[in-house]
Amino acid sequence: MLEFDSVTKEFRVGAFGRLTITAVDDVSFRIAPGEIVSLIGESGSGKSTIGRMILRLTPATKGTIRFDGVDVSTLGRKELKEYYRHVQGVFQDPFSSFNPVFKADRVFEMLRSQFYPDRSGSEWEDRVAKAVEDVGLNPVQVLNRYPHQLSGGQLQRMLLARALLLDLRLLVADEVISMLDASTRVGVLNLLAELRERGLSILFITHDLALGYYISDRTIILRRGSIVEMGDTRRVFQDPRHPYTQTLLASVPQMEWRWRDRPVSAAVPVDGDGTGDAEPVTVLEEVEPGHWVAVS
Amino acid sequence: MSLRVEDLRVYYQTLEGEVKALDGVSFAIADGEIMGLAGESGCGKSTLAQSIVRLVPPMKLVGGVVELDGEKLPIDDFEAMNRHRMVGVSIVPQYAMSALNPTRKIGKLIKELLGARGISYRAKLPELENRLQLVGLPREVLDMYPIELSGGMKQRVVMVISTLLDPSLLIADEITSALDVSTQRAVAEMLVDFRDREIVKSMMVVTHDVSILYQIADSILIMYAGQPVESGPAEVITHAPRHPYTQLLVGSLPQVGVRYDEQPLSGIAGNPPGLIDPPSGCRFRPRCPFASERCESRPPLVEIGDGHSVACWKVMEEEDARV
Repeated sequence: MLEFDSVTKEFRVGAFGRLTITAVDDVSFRIAPGEIVSLIGESGSGKSTIGRMILRLTPATKGTIRFDGVDVSTLGRKELKEYYRHVQGVFQDPFSSFNPVFKADRVFEMLRSQFYPDRSGSEWEDRVAKAVEDVGLNPVQVLNRYPHQLSGGQLQRMLLARALLLDLRLLVADEVISMLDASTRVGVLNLLAELRERGLSILFITHDLALGYYISDRTIILRRGSIVEMGDTRRVFQDPRHPYTQTLLASVPQMEWRWRDRPVSAAVPVDGDGTGDAEPVTVLEEVEPGHWVAVS
Repeated sequence: MSLRVEDLRVYYQTLEGEVKALDGVSFAIADGEIMGLAGESGCGKSTLAQSIVRLVPPMKLVGGVVELDGEKLPIDDFEAMNRHRMVGVSIVPQYAMSALNPTRKIGKLIKELLGARGISYRAKLPELENRLQLVGLPREVLDMYPIELSGGMKQRVVMVISTLLDPSLLIADEITSALDVSTQRAVAEMLVDFRDREIVKSMMVVTHDVSILYQIADSILIMYAGQPVESGPAEVITHAPRHPYTQLLVGSLPQVGVRYDEQPLSGIAGNPPGLIDPPSGCRFRPRCPFASERCESRPPLVEIGDGHSVACWKVMEEEDARV
């Protein structure tokens, strides 16, 4: 359904844009209908940039992104609007997605004026109420309220409800639960899994391996803009082949074993990926069916 | 006993009324102990961390005693606390980026800090370099501006500064939350290292992430709506909790190895109560699946096992039935 074909994204930085930073380097993957793919990486790995390129919030420098075989970058105004009927994004901070001056349900009204100007008022209200119920909210409690009167979890669900009002087929969920509390995050996570069961594809962008393992079918591990490992989620987590994946898994705090019993090698840089040189040039090699690992 | 907190009450003064952020909190941290403090946002964990070091308006001390190494801390007297900060008790704040003055090089910043206490920078320099090496930072960071450091480096610089005068108690407030996975482990293990080297005597680690506490803490205190609900050894709290809230909180934690299609987790229904007018009795009562009439009065924190205390009527009854 979605094809990401050798996509590269470069940013020009510095005075007069003299320096280029390669945020995403020759990345290719596909998302099939009804599949949750998690894109896991640390800060600066390019995971959010990939999401933004799919949503056409920023253009790709090289390569093509195709949705149903059509190059997304060629879409004109009208086709783009049609594209957004099927592809939507939800982001990390629900409070910054809402305008605090207006009531939170204004996002539904804006959606209507943009996509469904011919719907009658009462018909639309019923659809909104149904979408709000679908994401596990009580319409009486959340409609007609200001953003500050709702919790982060409620606002995040409102944004999901908004996306569901369209004929949504692919959802780009960028760190949607990082800001939520332990007791509410599972609810939103389960909701995403239920939406998948109804045929929705989700690109689940996160830095939290446990969340990715919990809901995704396939996992892509990203480092400094390149894919280091990709495959069936269970295989990648249970049999990680790339040293970086292994380091990440060794660093996740778990409650089954203690860090002190499994020391990590001193060779591991303690400063993540923000600093240092670019990843050496690698190619992906298929180590078992559907399980790809970067080798140099 | 390093730290003893007795019936601490700290309220926030707001236009709508007093927010009872800490409402009767008692606990103790032994010498050499790392105590973890966990709970959802709004449970008062950060207020607790802040109030021991820097209690400023709109925070207001309403009652209670904080004792450090047998001496009462004047926590509501900002000036008098100066004598204890850095030496007695020190805090590593959540956002290291905003803790460092961006216009000063790290070395100059430390020099000024020490100067304010009448301590010679030059005399402390060898020890400072020693400490930087301990956390894996080059000596050169002293000649750098904060903006030149990455998030993990800044966090470690702040850790070194906070502990430079060997405080008895170090409070770490969500210091790993903003870090990447691999950096998170490194910084968390440094905390343990600081304790093992007796640079600090004891530690209070505040976080929302119970699994980090399982990794580094000796004991864990779980707070809910401004009150402690359960405390005990880290192993017990994470693997055999008794309070319904702790059980639900630990059970709602996604772990590597748990999948939706194999073992779906469930969250905790409802939201934490507002603290201007919190529910009477047990504050978890409105969300608790086991709530009954007796929960209308506040359950005391009762020790039911070796260092394991729970504030829940149901657990107390079960314990009574067992004896």
